[in-house]
Amino acid sequence: MHQIVLVAVLVLLASALIALVDSQSPRFFRPLHFITMGLAGILLSVGGAYGLIQSQDHHWQLALGLPWLHWHQHLDTLSSFFTLIVGLATVAVAFYAPAYAKEYDKTPQPFAALGFPTAIFIAAMELVLLADDALTFMIAWELMSLSSYFLVTFQHQNSANRRAGFLYLLMAHVGGLFILLSFGIMAGFAQDFTFSSMMASHLSPVWMTLTFVFALIGFGMKAGLVPIHIWLPEAHPVAPSHISALMSGVMLKIAVYGFIRVVFHLIGDIFWEWGAALLIVAAITALYGVLSAMIQEDIKKLLAYSSIENIGIIFIGLALSLIFFGNNLPKLGGLALVAALLHALNHAMFKSLLFLGAGAVIQSSHEHDMDRMGGILKKMPWTGALFLLGCISISGLPPSNGFVSEWLIFQTSLQAEALSSGVLRAMIPLSAAVLALTGALAATCFVKLYGIAFLGKARVRSVKHIKEVDRGMIVAQAILGLICLLIGFFPTFVIEAINHISLQIMHVGLSQATSHGWMWLTPISAKTAQYNAPQVWLGLLLAFSGWAFVYFLVRLKHKHRRAKVSPWSCGFGPLNSRMQYTGASFTMPVKQIFGGLWQHNEDKSLVARNGLTEHAHTLRYKESNKDSFWILFYLPIVNLLNQATRRIGIIQTGHLRHYLGYSFFTLLFLLWLIS
Amino acid sequence: MNLNGWMLVLLQSALFVLLSPLLTGWLKWWKCHLQNRQAPPMTQPYYDLWKLFGKQALLSKNTSFIFRVTPYMISGVTLLAASIIPLILVRVPSAASADVIVLVGFFALARFFQALAGMDTGTAFGGMGASREMTVSALAEPAMLMAVFTLSMVAHSTNLSSVIESILSQGLVLRPSLLFTFFGLLLVALAETGRIPVDNPSTHLELTMIHEAMILEYSGRMLALIEWTSMTKLMIYAVLIVNIFFPWGISQRLDFANILFAFMAVCGKLMVLTLVLAISETVLAKMRFFRIPVFLSLAFTLSLLGLLSHIILEI
Repeated sequence: MHQIVLVAVLVLLASALIALVDSQSPRFFRPLHFITMGLAGILLSVGGAYGLIQSQDHHWQLALGLPWLHWHQHLDTLSSFFTLIVGLATVAVAFYAPAYAKEYDKTPQPFAALGFPTAIFIAAMELVLLADDALTFMIAWELMSLSSYFLVTFQHQNSANRRAGFLYLLMAHVGGLFILLSFGIMAGFAQDFTFSSMMASHLSPVWMTLTFVFALIGFGMKAGLVPIHIWLPEAHPVAPSHISALMSGVMLKIAVYGFIRVVFHLIGDIFWEWGAALLIVAAITALYGVLSAMIQEDIKKLLAYSSIENIGIIFIGLALSLIFFGNNLPKLGGLALVAALLHALNHAMFKSLLFLGAGAVIQSSHEHDMDRMGGILKKMPWTGALFLLGCISISGLPPSNGFVSEWLIFQTSLQAEALSSGVLRAMIPLSAAVLALTGALAATCFVKLYGIAFLGKARVRSVKHIKEVDRGMIVAQAILGLICLLIGFFPTFVIEAINHISLQIMHVGLSQATSHGWMWLTPISAKTAQYNAPQVWLGLLLAFSGWAFVYFLVRLKHKHRRAKVSPWSCGFGPLNSRMQYTGASFTMPVKQIFGGLWQHNEDKSLVARNGLTEHAHTLRYKESNKDSFWILFYLPIVNLLNQATRRIGIIQTGHLRHYLGYSFFTLLFLLWLIS
Repeated sequence: MNLNGWMLVLLQSALFVLLSPLLTGWLKWWKCHLQNRQAPPMTQPYYDLWKLFGKQALLSKNTSFIFRVTPYMISGVTLLAASIIPLILVRVPSAASADVIVLVGFFALARFFQALAGMDTGTAFGGMGASREMTVSALAEPAMLMAVFTLSMVAHSTNLSSVIESILSQGLVLRPSLLFTFFGLLLVALAETGRIPVDNPSTHLELTMIHEAMILEYSGRMLALIEWTSMTKLMIYAVLIVNIFFPWGISQRLDFANILFAFMAVCGKLMVLTLVLAISETVLAKMRFFRIPVFLSLAFTLSLLGLLSHIILEI
């Protein structure tokens, strides 16, 4: 079945070419571009799902690349799983993009500048998954970074976009360099670039650890681990919304894929010390991500920071897995791996859903700032309802899919007793507490987002008259929402499928997890913990209808209807929409409590009338929060670089004789080296 | 056994719903007596609910369907939460399908909707209440989960029935971990049920109210449902505390005499706990909002100490 995936990549390339000729006849080529993209998405989903369920492991070569080094490709369960994620998101984007891209018809950029990189971007992500040697992997990886750079800078007339794009490109390349180094070490020992010979070669523990560190930095930079996350909240919000969905929902998962491939599969041995270090980084990432998400005003920036949080959660799962595998507890290691992968799938679905929803809101209202929205649910009921679903899922509330994966990570953490080291036994529950805090803060953050943007009254006039978006955009969100619901309802099927990955690459599966029938999820044993998703859904339905019955009894007795009235105004007359709580005021308690984390600037000014301070004419309140990692971590590097370049700049005299002299001495030096 | 077990689940849930106003009435009765006030009858909450159910429900013009659905949503979720807690029988079949982490999740789900409904009114009060409630609970939830983790590690299970069984089987030993966890959970319960010193359920001062600010716009039967849900939530937390830390008396078998005895035992335990709560509410004053993080970090530290003492001393 791996041919399906290859065909999908070809279809994507065709779709990219079609986008190039779009200006010839937009009425014909543009639908064709989206249809081929959607078709590729369906093919990828089918191929991925089939490969995962059948636990396939195909390897093949393409007659491309260097004469002595053909492209090696493979499709095993791990690649299939992530192929499925790419495919599902692509289908949704193909439904979404036609209506959304119309927005850009008025801008100076031609459609080809959006459509071509989009299709290449998706194809490149798939090629990363298919790569079976380091060279192919790096080519696809760089293609992915480069094509997404063009998408980030699509609207390059805004200086913010150019700046974000530059930062992204810079960090993508630094990250790429680290990945190259980690492959370099393994290839050096294996004397070959293919993954299979890398796996067969044996490294000393020091080299293995070095490989791990390079892989962590390289893939962590793409995934957005703190403190190397800084590009993410800049780049994701400025891209078009369906691209943000692809970047946040899918590209970050490709980084997770790379990390799993190298660390779990290629290096060979696993040391628990890696896991312990990663656990600390991941816990900080999760907590810092959600706290930063909370204070954002830009709806897409909030979602971008929340992606950092979720990457933190995924890496907490991976870190637990490393710790358990390193301590010779393969069953628990497999469980943690499955939990992390399930969260990766969940995050891909609900984050894409939320970004698409945010895009719909932005397209209708032309506002990015949540504090200028309000009451959108009544104007855009479909988008609003689906967005709510996404918010519940991402907050990890039962019975949603987000809850299942967090529950699994909690269950794994609770098995820390099995470890012999006392430090680890104390550290793991502590990280679970951080995870709990993260989850609770995420709920707060999304109550803020939904409450401020979708509920209450419209805060500016333009938002008052917005309309629901095009049908295709709703269908795209509905697809993702439905997948979220299905995973929440039938988690055992998904976990059974993901289990194939653990079986194939770590040779250990969850024998227990689904052995008690399709309803029961029992990660360790039936005695330790059980979760019955269908029964919880049923219970919820029963309890809900029970109260609805009470409601009808009351209605039978008292015939009066509900009346619509003005909200209570303390007797002072009508309330206006500016009296509502704003996002800034909603999160003020959190800012007070965790105040030291950001560079918080408040600016209050009062313009008095006739010089009387008690008769305020206008009051202004402005606040800004700066990522403190930018100040603590990046500014020193930038300053250092600036100073260094200034020093080196001395040799650039501008005189021809000096440059001739440099060439002469370089030649002498090289001759001396050769002789 | 199975059908009888499920019948008992229904009975337990009904008991939770029906008895919770009485528990609140009992608490008020004691508070009044401790504060030298004339006490209303213990059944007063029933009259209040009955009155509210008969009144017309008024809706703010700004509200969407979230506001209308929320009372049923949160009362449904709370009812479901009540159904998985062993009240009189240890092995309730429903406790198998949702463990204690799910229970914490249910409370979070109810709170999520409650806060959204507060924001839906489009007034400053709703947002204020939602913001405060979410902040308090964001700090309380990790402390609660820490306590829950300690219990699960002691019992090697997150299933509530198993936790209670394991504590029953150990007999009356003083474990430092359980002691710390008990106090930690007690503080969390005060915060989560909105009692003094975190929140005052009988205040309507805009500067101090948390929970009441969120539900300010509700009236009639919707308010009745929400009030009833708060009472049920109080009872759930009370039962959790008494049945986990003092499980003696709870029935381990499904026969009539045992269950009757268990019912009387749990009523007795709840009466004692409520008396303690009434005394603490009488001698304590409500805290400033920004003192609450200190209070909750104390709860977290206690739970953490419980966990660490279990890991260091008891394995």
